[in-house]
This record gives sequence, structure tokens and C-alpha cells, in this order.
Amino acid sequence: MTINQLSIFLENRSGTLTKVLDLFKEAGLHILASSIADTAQYGLLRIICTEPQRAYLELERAGVAVALSDVFAVELDERPGQIAEVVRGLSEANIGIVYMYSFFIHGKGLLIIRADKAEEAREVILRSSLRCVPEKELPEWGV
Amino acid sequence: MIWNPNKECMSRDERAALQGKRLHKIVEYVYHNVPFYRHKLQEQDLTPDDIRSIDDIVKLPFTTKKDLRDNYPFGLQAAPQSEIIRIHASSGTTGNPTIVGYTRKDIGVWSECMARCLTAFGVTRNDIFSVAYGYGLFTGGLGAHNGVEMVGASVVPASTGNTEKHAKLIRDLGITGIACTPSYALYLAETMESMGITKEQIKLRVGAFGAEPWTESMREEIQERLGLKGFNIYGLSEIMGPSVSYECQAQDGSHINEDHFYPEIINPVTLEPLPLGQPGELVFTTLTKEGMPVLRYRTRDLCSLMPGECSCGRTNVRMTPITGRSDDMLIIRGINVFPSQVESVVLSMPEFAPRYMLVVDRVNNLDTLEVQVELRQEYFTATFDTPAAIDELKKRMADKLRSVLSISAKVSLKAPGAIERSQGKSVRVIDNRKLK
Repeated sequence: MTINQLSIFLENRSGTLTKVLDLFKEAGLHILASSIADTAQYGLLRIICTEPQRAYLELERAGVAVALSDVFAVELDERPGQIAEVVRGLSEANIGIVYMYSFFIHGKGLLIIRADKAEEAREVILRSSLRCVPEKELPEWGV
Repeated sequence: MIWNPNKECMSRDERAALQGKRLHKIVEYVYHNVPFYRHKLQEQDLTPDDIRSIDDIVKLPFTTKKDLRDNYPFGLQAAPQSEIIRIHASSGTTGNPTIVGYTRKDIGVWSECMARCLTAFGVTRNDIFSVAYGYGLFTGGLGAHNGVEMVGASVVPASTGNTEKHAKLIRDLGITGIACTPSYALYLAETMESMGITKEQIKLRVGAFGAEPWTESMREEIQERLGLKGFNIYGLSEIMGPSVSYECQAQDGSHINEDHFYPEIINPVTLEPLPLGQPGELVFTTLTKEGMPVLRYRTRDLCSLMPGECSCGRTNVRMTPITGRSDDMLIIRGINVFPSQVESVVLSMPEFAPRYMLVVDRVNNLDTLEVQVELRQEYFTATFDTPAAIDELKKRMADKLRSVLSISAKVSLKAPGAIERSQGKSVRVIDNRKLK
């Protein structure tokens, strides 16, 4: 039910992000969603892409500090209140959101969530009106 | 003014005779009380009776920082524990500090030497004198303190920290003298300016500055901003603490209290003694110390001893300012820091690659230390995908560094491969401090 997200450590120096993005380009991998958690000294780049396992191997070979982490990718459509529904559900179950980000285009979107209690979060999402996108469907989102 | 003309102005022959007598005595003392020295002398087929005059000192073995470390904590202590009345500790190179025990007589000699320094600076019993070296394991605070009491001035044990309160006291109490590091003096000047305290409102006239290298232009700046006259004071805890040497009003080199601390200059590579006037590594033998006497201790400080007589009337030999180190030791905020100490911390944490870079700078007249470390690729896992987790890791390293170095350092995390790999002799230190 969860998918693999790539977490990448980047120094705050010009060119570090370009170097990583070029690796995706050269490997023919589509980046579907991304976010950067920035601090004064470094950034953490989080990426949802097609074929995360292959992306991980490519980045690792290039010497990048990269990790795979499990996140939920909740499918969204044009009905309002969906993000609120997920967040409320987690909150009522006393589950903390470590971070989340989303994208939305042409009437559909993905909400990426990392929760502190993954098992319980899974239960909450299963009981909701929403579904999680499995990793095997990711390539469809890239076209 | 001269605190002890009998000792500070004695003729060279007289002094050499005294030094020879004391050297024989100290060698005999360590031979019977410190197995480390007995073995060293035995290895060279020497007995205390072979040491008859001060010129015989060249026969004696050297002592290094490593010897102190290897004999941690009390291996080089010559006096029984019951005679030790104080213990100081200075930073060591691999986690173990250097422990120095003092007998009651040692504290007395230290106070005497310190009184000579302060008197040469012009301090008298009519002064109110604040000691703003750190009080504690570091020898600066208590060492200077005892000397001020010996002279009979009123000592204000300000220590470091709470600079605003200190500035207020300097103004309100009419403090006339201060002992601190030269960079702290500049920091104090800045604090006063930001508090609106002007040079005209304070009565500072004498500064005893040491524990870190400084320059003539720093002296000018401190003198200009605080309205005092600044004097150099030199010392190291392995020998005693501050008071090993001191400037007089002539300010042409620092007079060494050589009736207690006998100086030599050697070639740091061949270990050959160098003639007077030649630059090299400074070596000290403690001639009267009871707690932890050392024979020919290699300070690693580079300087030369100055020939000729000083216009002040003192006859004890003068040393030039320290021009560098024959090892990689850094002095940061008055504390000795060795890159190898940082290395030991880096190697103890598997999350980091075994590489590091030290960046030293001086910001607002205070030394700063940044330790750059590299994340090890295989240790970067999903656990670390939040800034909170990474900052926690950085904090763990910063805490370890502080406990090993005794000063705080900023930890900068770099991506794998970002720190240059060593090729041959690697550069591990970038010192951006501009000692103008």
C-alpha cells in the first residue's frame, strides 16, 4: 500500500540539485512529485518517480546520499475536502504526519504522506473513502 | 618596578650557578621519584651525579606531550598525593587531558612568578585587577588570581562569560587592570561600545594578555579601544601556567623566569640545541617544581631567545613572540586543539566518513571553529529523511566535540565525497583568522 520515495541529502550549494536531476534524465526516469525540506545548511529532496528502485541504484552508484522511504500516495480527484478527510482521520487516530506534499493536475492528483505510525495510518486510509496508488501504477502517472 | 630584583637582576654567572645547582637537585629528585625518568636516564647510562652544571642539561632526555599522555594521569607526578594541593588539566590529543598536580611550594613559586609579571606590567597593591581568564581546570584563571593576590592588588575574579556584567563592574568599580586573552579584550571593547560605555568612563590602564598568539596591530587596537597598555604574558600548564615569561615596560621580548623554568631552543628535526638568537623550538626544564617536574619539555612553540641586555635592568633572558608551531596544534579561544582530537570523534561515529576539515575563523573578535564532516552514503537511510533527524545527528557530534575539545564547534554536514580526499600530506585545517 505504501510506495517508495527517494530521500536525497543535498548541500546548499549551487549545482547540487542539477547534478541529481541530470541523473534522472539520463536514466529516463519521470519525476512525478517532489519537495525540498530546506535548512540553512542543507536540503532534503524528496522525490516520487517512476521505477524508484532503479532510480535508487543509479543515484547510489553516482555516490549520492540517497535513501528509500515508505510513504502513502493517496489518489485525489476533483471532489473538495479529500486532503482534509485524510488529515482528520490521522489526527483522530492520534497519528503524526512527519511531512506531506501533493500535486494536482487535470482533475486528479497525489497526496504524499509520511506518517509516524505507518501500520495505523494504513488502517485509517483503508477505512476512508480514498485509495492509495500502488507502486506498479506509477508508470501510468508518468505519461 | 621589579618584584624581586635579587632574582630578576642577578648576574649571568650567579644565575648559571643557581640553575646548575637546581638542575642537579631536580634530576636527583625525579631519578628517585619518577620511574619514567629513572628508566630514561638509565637507558643513557646517566646518574644524577653526571649533571653538575647547567651546561650538562644537553645530556638529558626530552619530554614530549606524548610522554605526558602515555603516563596519564599521575605517572609523571613526583610528589606523593598527600603533598598535592591542586590539580589542573589541559586538553590532550586523544581524549585524555594532561594532568598537572601542584604542591604547596609549587603554588607559591607560581604566585611569585606571576607577581614578577604583574609588577613588570606596572600593577601595584593600589590596583583593582580583574582576572577574565576562565577559572577552572584551565590554569589561566587561578594562576593569574594568585599572582594578583601576591602583589596585593584587589582581585576581581570575573572569569569569562557574562561580559556585560564585567563591563559594568569595570566602569562602576574603577577597575584598573585586567588579565584575559587578547581576543577577549577586543570582545570586551565591543561589548562596552554596544552598552555605550566610553573609554573616558573607565580607568583600565594595564592589560595582561596571553594564552593565544597575538600581534602588534592587535595590541594597538586593544590599547586604542580600551585606553590601556597591553603586555604579553606567556605560559603553559605543563610547565606551570601563565607566568613563564612576561614583557617589561620596554616591551622588547618577554623575560623568562629562568631561575625556575630553564629555556633552550632546539632544532625540532635534529633535536640539536641551537645557539642564542637562532629561531627553533622552545624547550623548558622546570628547575624547582615538586608536583610534576619535567625535563626538557618540548613546547612545540617556535621562537628564539634574544641576546643582549634589556633596558629595564632585568637580566633574565628574553624570548621573541611565538611565530608558529612545530606540530599541528591550534589555539582557539585560548584552548589547545589538535586535529587528531577531532579525528578521534569523527572515527567514533560510523554515520560519518573518516574525513573532516576544520575551519577556524575570528568573527566579532571571537574565534570560531567549524568542523566539516561527510555523511557516509551507506548510513544515510530512511531514518534520516527529516531535518529533525539530521540535526539530532549533528547535535550528537557537536556534543562529543565539546566534551573532547572543551570548546564548542559548529558541525557542518557535507554530502558524500564533498571533502577532498587526502593525497599525501592532507590539509585538514583552514585557518582564516587574520592576525593582522
